[in-house]
Formats: sequence, structure tokens, C-alpha cells
Amino acid sequence: MTQSNSPLLSVKNLSTSFHVGGQKLRAVDEVSFDLAEGEVLGIVGESGSGKSITLRSIMGLARRYGEVTGEVMWQGENLVTKPEAQMRKIRGKDIAMIFQEPMSSLNPLLTVGVQIKENLVTHTDLDKKARVQRAIELLELVGIPDASRRLNDYPHQFSGGMRQRVMIAIALASSPKLLLADEPTTALDVTIQNQILKLILDLSQELGMSVILVTHDLGVAAQTCDRLAVMYGGKLVEKGSTRDVLRNPLHRYTMGLLQSVPENVEPRTPLFSLPGTPPSLMSLPKGCAFAPRCAHAVDACTATKPPLEGTQHQVACFNPTQPPVGAGGQS
Amino acid sequence: MSTISYFFSRLLQIIPTFLIVMVIIFLLVRALPGDPAIAMADAKATTEQLEQIRQRLGLDQPLWIQFGIFVKNVFTGNLGDSILMKAPVTQVILERLPASGFLTLYAVLFSLLIAGPLAFVAALNRNTWLDTTIRSAFQVGLSTPVFYIGLLLLTFLAARMRWFPVGGYGTTFLEHMYHLLLPALTVALYTSAIIMRNLRSSVIEVVDAEYVQFARAKGLPERIILGRHVLRNALISTVTLLGLSIGNLMSGTLVTETVFAVPGVGRLMLDAIFARDYPLIQGLTLTFAVLVSIIFLLTDLIQAWLDPRLRVA
Ligand SMILES: Nc1ncnc2c1ncn2[C@@H]1O[C@H](COP(=O)(O)OP(=O)(O)OP(=O)(O)O)[C@@H](O)[C@H]1O
Ligand code: SF4
Ligand SMILES: [Mg+2]
Repeated sequence: MTQSNSPLLSVKNLSTSFHVGGQKLRAVDEVSFDLAEGEVLGIVGESGSGKSITLRSIMGLARRYGEVTGEVMWQGENLVTKPEAQMRKIRGKDIAMIFQEPMSSLNPLLTVGVQIKENLVTHTDLDKKARVQRAIELLELVGIPDASRRLNDYPHQFSGGMRQRVMIAIALASSPKLLLADEPTTALDVTIQNQILKLILDLSQELGMSVILVTHDLGVAAQTCDRLAVMYGGKLVEKGSTRDVLRNPLHRYTMGLLQSVPENVEPRTPLFSLPGTPPSLMSLPKGCAFAPRCAHAVDACTATKPPLEGTQHQVACFNPTQPPVGAGGQS
Repeated sequence: MSTISYFFSRLLQIIPTFLIVMVIIFLLVRALPGDPAIAMADAKATTEQLEQIRQRLGLDQPLWIQFGIFVKNVFTGNLGDSILMKAPVTQVILERLPASGFLTLYAVLFSLLIAGPLAFVAALNRNTWLDTTIRSAFQVGLSTPVFYIGLLLLTFLAARMRWFPVGGYGTTFLEHMYHLLLPALTVALYTSAIIMRNLRSSVIEVVDAEYVQFARAKGLPERIILGRHVLRNALISTVTLLGLSIGNLMSGTLVTETVFAVPGVGRLMLDAIFARDYPLIQGLTLTFAVLVSIIFLLTDLIQAWLDPRLRVA
């Protein structure tokens, strides 16, 4: 991790709402975080907590479907309000994204070669021959054997793991400064998971690329991320260094997540085993979204939303496992 | 599997279809009450003429040999003489086919030109006034009978304004274009409504697909996202529909040819039916069966060209 003065990406009060059946559904709610150059930030949380929509809001893909407010500061500009034509020059070039679903995220009618090369056509000056060369290089980089022949294959001729690699190759095509990786390993078996995570980490170190890694899996987060953000009901409820968050969880929800993973369990256990169900975004409680499932709720919890407090290790909880460092000093 | 071997395997699959069609037509003529030879001949036919037909059909032979003779006749183009036209059936049909083919292609082309862009506009602006306007305009096309639209066009643009001929086909390509403009438009009003409805909903379905979002995430220009990623995927179901609505297209063509006096096979069929010209009806039925098979084959080939997942035999 490199320490630099101004962050590469600075997200402030990012909110995204959808209108569903006359109702407003807030999938991302006042999310803020910074990301330094070369840093790997993990976002963990249960299904439906808003992880994917957070990434898509940063990319400017969510605003077609909902209302996005707040700031996504990138090289001195706010991407939230940046016109579509200009966003196109950033997307896939400076900021690239790996989608969650390898099976449906590649166009079934086009060869993977075409799908890699169209990125190069748009964002680089490479000529036709150089693009083919680069496409082969990229497939080799992500560990696809026999790359030059596979360039002419269609997505359905690849396994799920291989498609995930193709997607990573596409994302890396024009050497992005920031990679948004949405559960890049969920669909894969453990060996391939490890290979792909290692690949992403190696690239981040070699190229100084920053990564936001969304995952269900605390084991993956522990192995790969410099910092962790825990998401619940559209909000970031805890944020800090991976070590602090996992060793010393402050939020009751994080605590629950960690406790629901038994001591001697395999590191790849997903986060499903917490008692109760995640809240419906349609009817979030007035106070803390976790209150209905929380054994430590106090009166304040149902009345108002807890603000995110602290400096290095932040938490949004009225009754945390221990007071966050730096909390209380501010009012 | 390569496209070429797919083509040949698909071509082979036509043979059984065609055999079944021939069996049905063969049996139908023999199921007519009385002597097939009399049915296949002019009412004023002499005994010698009847005997000639009996021999050509092999009516004194067992049924399976008769079928063999029938198949041989079909493949040698020997389908007897049309009672109505007093000429060999094959010749009559071949003379009339170009006009119908021209009209059908013209109509399909029109339909695609009208429906394609409007379907996109409607889908990309769905549930706005633009979408509603386009959809209701096509609804009129869907709910008005083809012959009625044809008659309207004929009355106003051809008979009253005299901008267009009231019938015929012309001799040169440009004349064909001119003579068949109104008939093609008439057929197209209906087919374009079907295409537009289908294409609109498949564009709506495809435009939010994950792979389209991923294409967006690559920062591709909108024209590539729509043309390469959305259109191709949306076309798959529309091509299927076009193939399946060939029946609609043919009946539309039949009516239109009659209204506009186009010398095509559709009109010929109608005339043959009214005149009980069995040899001609039989020949036309065979021709339609072949045409439908060819259209289905073409549909499959276009599908396979669009969608690599279908290129398996
Ligand atoms: N286009 C949309 N319209 C309406 N609601 C949407 C839309 N896209 C997403 N949502 C809703 O936003 C919420 C957050 O979705 P998101 O995909 O971000 O969850 P997630 O944290 O990524 O979950 P998972 O772990 O299952 O991927 C979900 O309740 C989802 O139903
Ligand atoms: S704010 Fe209250 S309800 Fe929410 S997690 Fe903390 S203690 Fe539980
Ligand atoms: Mg997700």
C-alpha cells in the first residue's frame, strides 16, 4: 500500500435510490470512503445490502435506472454529475469493473477476442495486429491456456471460471488505475478462487492498481484487503483496517458475522449463517437497520440512525462492542 | 461445428419434410370421390385424354408404384396440364413465381425498414408518449384487414390521384418496383406491426442484460452498444418470428395480389381453387410447401449465423 496525500478515489455521501411500484427504494445510503493508490478495499455484507449498486454507482451505470446523489471524486472531478459522453472515456480505461455473474456478463454472440479487442479499439491507439497481440497477452496473463486459439471461441465454450478470467482480461485490457471487482470468485471452486485472487493482488502490486473487492466471504477479505468496509441495508456500518475490523469488530452486525463463522471453519464460509433475515430495503426501520436482529439494541437504536463515528476505525452503532477510537471527541 | 457442415445437415433435414408433404398431396388427390383421372382432367376431356392421364398417374398400378411415379413426376417437373390455363402446370407456376417473390421480398424489406428503427425508438423511450404513439399507430395496422388497407390505397393513390398503376407488374426492375410499391406497402403494414411489437419487446429485454451493462462498463460508444450488443441479440427472436409468420405473409400476399391484380402465384391459387383446377392446385401446393421449407431453412441459417450456440447439428 502506498501512502499518498490525496486519495485516488473519494466517495462522499453516495446515495442511490430506485423507484419501484411507486415506492422509493434506497439501495445505497450516504456511503463515504477514500481509496489510496494501490490500496485494496474490501466491501463485505449480506446479499442485497447494496454492494453491487455501490460499484455501479461509482461507474455511472446505476444512474440509468435510479437516482444517484453525492460525490464520487476522481482526479478532481465529480463522476456522479459527469456527462455520459465523458464518463465513457473513463469507463473501461481508468476505471474498470468485473461483474458478479460470469455466465451472463459476456455477450453470447461474440467471440471473446472481439469482446477484448473492442475495448482496445475504444481506448488505445493500437493497430489491428497489435490489438490481437495484446488480446493474446491478456488471456495468457489471466492464465487461459492456448490463448491465441481461444480468442476465436465463444463464451459458451468456456467454463464459469474461464469466463471469469476472460472478464478480468477485458477489465485489465487498458491497464486501469482502479479495478472494481464484484465478487470475482464467488462462482468458482477454492483452487481457482485462490488463483484469481492472487492474480488480482499481483496485478495490483505490479501495476499500482487500486482495487475495490466486493465479497461475501470474510476469509477472502482477510487474505486480500488492506481495509474493510462492512455494509448493511445500504449503509456502511463499520470501516477500518482489515486487521482491526476482523480482530476487534465494533459493530454488533460485524460481531455477529464473525461469530457465525465457527472457530475451526474453512476460510471460505459465506456470510449466510447469521440469524434472522436481511432487511427489506422497501421498509427499512426508522433507526438502525440492524435493530430487529440485534440483541444489544438500546432505546436510541429504534429512534434515529446511528452516525458513522471514529477516525481510523469507524463504526455506526449506539451500543458498539467498545467505543471507537476518536469518537466522542467530535460532536 | 462449422457453418458449412451445419448448412448441409440442415439441408438434409428438409428431405423428410418434403416426403411427408408429397405423401399427403398424393393421398389427397386419391381421396377425392370418383376417378382421380376425371378430377385431374378438363370436364370436356375425351376418353383418350382421360386414358393419357390414367397412364401418366399409373392408375392401373399398385398404390406404392403410383407413389413412385408421382415422386418421379414431381422431380422431373411433370405435373400435368392446368385445366384453366391450358398449359403445363410447371410452366404456369414458373411464369407466376417471380412476381410473388418480388412482392414478398419487397414487403419484407419495407417491414424491416419501417419496423426496425421505430421498434428501437419505442423500446429506448419505453412508456413515454413517443412509445405510446408508435405502438398505437401499429395497432391500427394490426387490427385492420389487409384487403381493406389495400383497397384504400388503391382508391386514393392509384385510382383517384393516379400516382400509381391500379394493377399489373411491369417488365423491367424499376417498373416492378413502381407497380408493386402499393401492394408491398399493403402487406408490410401488417407484417411490420408484428415485427415492431416483437422487436420492441426483445430490445427492452436485451437492453438491460448484464452483458450490455458490461459493454457499457467498457466505455464503448453507444452506437456499438446498440448495434453490436443489443440489436444482434434482439434480432434472434425476431428472425424466428419472421420465419413463423411466413403463413401470414403468404396469405397477405394472396389477398393483396388479388386486390391489385398482380400476376403472382397467390392469385393463381385463388383462380385455381374457383376453377377446381386440380392439377394446378396440386402443383401450387407443392410449390408452397417447398417455399415454406426454404424459408424455414433460411430462418435457421440466419439464426445460426447470429447465434453461435445454435451451430450444432
Ligand atoms: N434496477 C433496479 N431497480 C430496483 N431495485 C434494484 C435495482 N438494482 C438493484 N436493486 C435492488 O438494490 C438492492 C441492492 O442490490 P445489490 O445488487 O447492490 O446487492 P448486493 O449487495 O450486491 O447483493 P449480492 O451479494 O446478492 O450481490 C437489492 O435489494 C436490489 O433488489
Ligand atoms: S445501533 Fe443499536 S441496533 Fe444497531 S447494531 Fe448498534 S446496538 Fe444494534
Ligand atoms: Mg452483488
